Amino acid sequence: MSMTVNAELAARFGLSAEEYQKVLDIMGRVPSLTELGIFSVMWSEHCSYKSSRVHLKTLPTKAPWVIHGPGENAGVVDIGEGLAAVFKMESHNHPSFIEPYQGAATGVGGILRDVFTMGARPVANLNALRFGDPSLPVTRRVIDGVVRGIGGYGNCVGVPTVGGEINFHPAYNGNPLVNAMTVGIARTDKIFLSAAAGIGNPVVYVGSKTGRDGIHGATMSSAEFDEHAASKRPTVQVGDPFTEKLLIEACLELMATDAIVAIQDMGAAGLTSSAVEMAGKGGVGIELDLDKVPQRETGMTAYEMMLSESQERMLMVLKPERTETARTIFEKWDLDFAVVGVLTDTARITVRHNGRTEADIPLAPLADEAPLYHRPLVHTPPPGRIGIVADPVGIEHALLTLLACPDLASRAWVWNQYDSGVGGQTSRRPGAADAAIVRVEGTRRGLAMTTDCTPRYCQADAHAGGAQAVAEAWRNITATGALPLAVTDNLNFGNPEKPEIMGQFADAVRGMGEACRALDFPVVSGNVSLYNQTSHPNGISTPILPTPAIGAIGVIEDVTKAVGLAMPEGCELVLIGEIRGELGQSLWLREICHREEGAPPVIDLTAERRNGDFVRRMIAEGRVEACHDIADGGLLVTIAEMVMASGTGCYLERPHFGTSLHAWYFGEDQACYVIATKQARELIDAAESSHVPVRHLGRSGGDALVLNEGMKLSAERMREVNGAFFPKLMER
Amino acid sequence: MKIRVNVMLKEGVLDPQGKAIGHAFEVLGFSNVGEVRVGKTIELEVDTADREAAAAQGEAMARELLANLVIEDFAVEVAE
Amino acid sequence: MKAGIVLFPGTNRERDMAQALRLVSGRDPVMLWHRDTSLPQLDLVVLPGGFSFGDYLRSGAMGAHSPLMREIRSFAERGGHVLGVCNGFQILTEAQLLPGALLRNAGMRFLAQEHFLRVETADSPFTRDWSKGDVFRAPLAHGDGNYTAAPDVLDRLEAEDRVAFRYVSAQGQDDAADRRCNPNGSQRSIAGVLSENRRVCGLMPHPENLVDPDLGATDGVPLFSSLVKSLVA
Repeated sequence: MSMTVNAELAARFGLSAEEYQKVLDIMGRVPSLTELGIFSVMWSEHCSYKSSRVHLKTLPTKAPWVIHGPGENAGVVDIGEGLAAVFKMESHNHPSFIEPYQGAATGVGGILRDVFTMGARPVANLNALRFGDPSLPVTRRVIDGVVRGIGGYGNCVGVPTVGGEINFHPAYNGNPLVNAMTVGIARTDKIFLSAAAGIGNPVVYVGSKTGRDGIHGATMSSAEFDEHAASKRPTVQVGDPFTEKLLIEACLELMATDAIVAIQDMGAAGLTSSAVEMAGKGGVGIELDLDKVPQRETGMTAYEMMLSESQERMLMVLKPERTETARTIFEKWDLDFAVVGVLTDTARITVRHNGRTEADIPLAPLADEAPLYHRPLVHTPPPGRIGIVADPVGIEHALLTLLACPDLASRAWVWNQYDSGVGGQTSRRPGAADAAIVRVEGTRRGLAMTTDCTPRYCQADAHAGGAQAVAEAWRNITATGALPLAVTDNLNFGNPEKPEIMGQFADAVRGMGEACRALDFPVVSGNVSLYNQTSHPNGISTPILPTPAIGAIGVIEDVTKAVGLAMPEGCELVLIGEIRGELGQSLWLREICHREEGAPPVIDLTAERRNGDFVRRMIAEGRVEACHDIADGGLLVTIAEMVMASGTGCYLERPHFGTSLHAWYFGEDQACYVIATKQARELIDAAESSHVPVRHLGRSGGDALVLNEGMKLSAERMREVNGAFFPKLMER
Repeated sequence: MKIRVNVMLKEGVLDPQGKAIGHAFEVLGFSNVGEVRVGKTIELEVDTADREAAAAQGEAMARELLANLVIEDFAVEVAE
Repeated sequence: MKAGIVLFPGTNRERDMAQALRLVSGRDPVMLWHRDTSLPQLDLVVLPGGFSFGDYLRSGAMGAHSPLMREIRSFAERGGHVLGVCNGFQILTEAQLLPGALLRNAGMRFLAQEHFLRVETADSPFTRDWSKGDVFRAPLAHGDGNYTAAPDVLDRLEAEDRVAFRYVSAQGQDDAADRRCNPNGSQRSIAGVLSENRRVCGLMPHPENLVDPDLGATDGVPLFSSLVKSLVA
């Protein structure tokens, strides 16, 4: 590639004039093409968090059970018995629109590497997906590819896909969201970090060979590429789950020895970011000899090798005397293994290729002088509460409409393509409980995990929406009986250079922080994805709904004590929490009245904490047969889901409501749970003495959902209505 | 020499991929398409100058690994 | 019962299988590497599920040519017991230790769901703890599970009582043309078959994932308890 390094090229690499001037100041000369490439990826939004960092710093990240918070490859929390959960969620939004199968597949591969890099065996995958209008052909293409890609990768590596969420909204038409989360388990005394140490120690490359995949994907658009660059460069990375599986086994085998000093996966910006971060964190220098890098293609330049995003690769610093042990393990697994460099005392990254020095950059300023922006922001005033809305269709029609709508329809068509049982520890499969539960191998403990966000609430009121996403994740874990431990966040927003988008971001983070603090639910890892915009033919681009997706985990000491949605016959149904009938931004208002209006439901974090702690205590005391929180669609959808999950019907008494019937049944009030119990008297007494709002709703039995008002819908009929959407959309 | 091995499902073995592609053609309006069959092509280089030896080796490799003779047929071409 | 589990690169259900064998037999299985050139003294060899060699050429094709498979073939010829589940079943057909082949699922999608099997014969070391006609739950997790063989081979399997399991509805009905009963389109709804000497068995679903009461179900236990009964002299 023959390119002259100047301010114009820097601009095309995504560096502003001021940022380029900073590069010139640090280098004291015009940088080489490779050096410019290294600066531009390290200072990209993706790697430097330059727009988001000032806000992220406000999030709570500490608790006695947090072992490693943000800053490592993934968050690490203590789950007891000498074990730790290692987890993180990360986006792969743009690649998943360009090539949905590979985009989603490599998203799963990338997040898996973040977790096993730290010494953890991955035990579960989840994914939070947002798609555009389902009636558009492009949406079908994206769904088909993303679902196949997630399944294709996860099923092959043998990590069960146990949960996640899917929403639809036209705001995602040209910019779907694919947020993948992995949870792994490690011994607390065997956590591997990325800070390099030991001058003279070898730097080792393992995994797949390097090709020209996805070079500069982070900073340059592909359109700009076409004009200036060679045509042979594929910009889409291709995932190889088979190699990933070998890499997992080889790394875990090596980690059982004491050979590794530091290890880091090659993710975005590949060799550049892994080398720079490992050396930078360790305060040492690093020298790379690119002639030693295993290459898939011929004639690759230093620039291309440093910026390649080829998948399934790792960089390690080893104890020199253990290098051959490591080589033997990787060769046993048919993986490439090459000593490609050495740690130095220069505090610089030096890159040599074909006898020439292609880059020589001081590491400290590359990290310390990375741009940091306090971008201008404008707060969008939240809408007022909606007034009284009449019920135009009746309860039965509304319930059937909601059960059939894309946001509430059964996801079985999707889950049935994901292997949720491999590993032999899955206790609650997708849809069986509010959070998925996977037993910790060799113990009776269970890890509960979920992903949550309600983007339409965030659009109306980013602050309330940010808090709600955290609260719902906490509630979903609580509803299984598990104790919520910590959060990973995946913050998907539009263009941060627009003050109103930056305002959404700041407000959402503020709301999340408040909820995390109130619920003792620290953020231990995360990822920010900005510039999520849909372009229209008229040249205008519109942002996605603000989507701060929350991934969360909790722990239950005895997995057999966890509860799900399915209720046996002969239970009393009890409501925990208070229903005021919040129809603002509800699915009922959108699907029945075609209005996306009003303020989202009120978040009362004190009530959230009190009600949730009570529910968890009741489950631990064995008083609960089934539990489901109230969320999208409100109380009646919650109960309908319990009926569909169990095949057991129920009878609901005429409620004592201070609100209209449809608001009672379809309002999306927060901090509420429906419990099926065989000890209703004791449970209600306990609630009253703990000042927890409680109300008797009805009892389970028969095979239909029966309302005192005269409605009767069989479980079978509801399943049919609820199950139609995905097969009808995708199998035509 | 370059050898090309084409592997196809045998006549009479149901080919779900071919069926799906045929169905897609119908949807796209190509109404005159009969049965669609999907196979795969494996290209490989062998270090020999003897065409016949190359063909024989291709045949052996196809029998042993590249084709499953329970369900598949194959054909070997020596390309250059 | 002394069991060995074969590991190929890309195998991923070996831990599930080991857990099931341990729970039901009370004994830890040994792990065998595909490149090994000899088998230890064993009562049972198990080929577990996964994606051996990525299943990149054809599911199971490259696994069938591993060095250890030569040993397993002679073990089977000497009357040894071999169980292949999912990818293991695919490898056994590719190695011609079992008849037929497994094609892409009829619906062209990976199937990962709970389904039902009917026991077609109790006359084997793998099924003796069931009764013929028993219906049990077993999870599916495969992309290539569509069982195919020539009509005369299928006739012979049936005539010799070598169909071990069929896909059925929850009520136990088989209907090869109905995807709700026969989700992957297998010929004659066949989910599992036996060798001529009835000591090699392959099936696509995963009974090993339903053996632990703590995880909610024990439908798969009879497969393993049958083996324990047959192989513990």
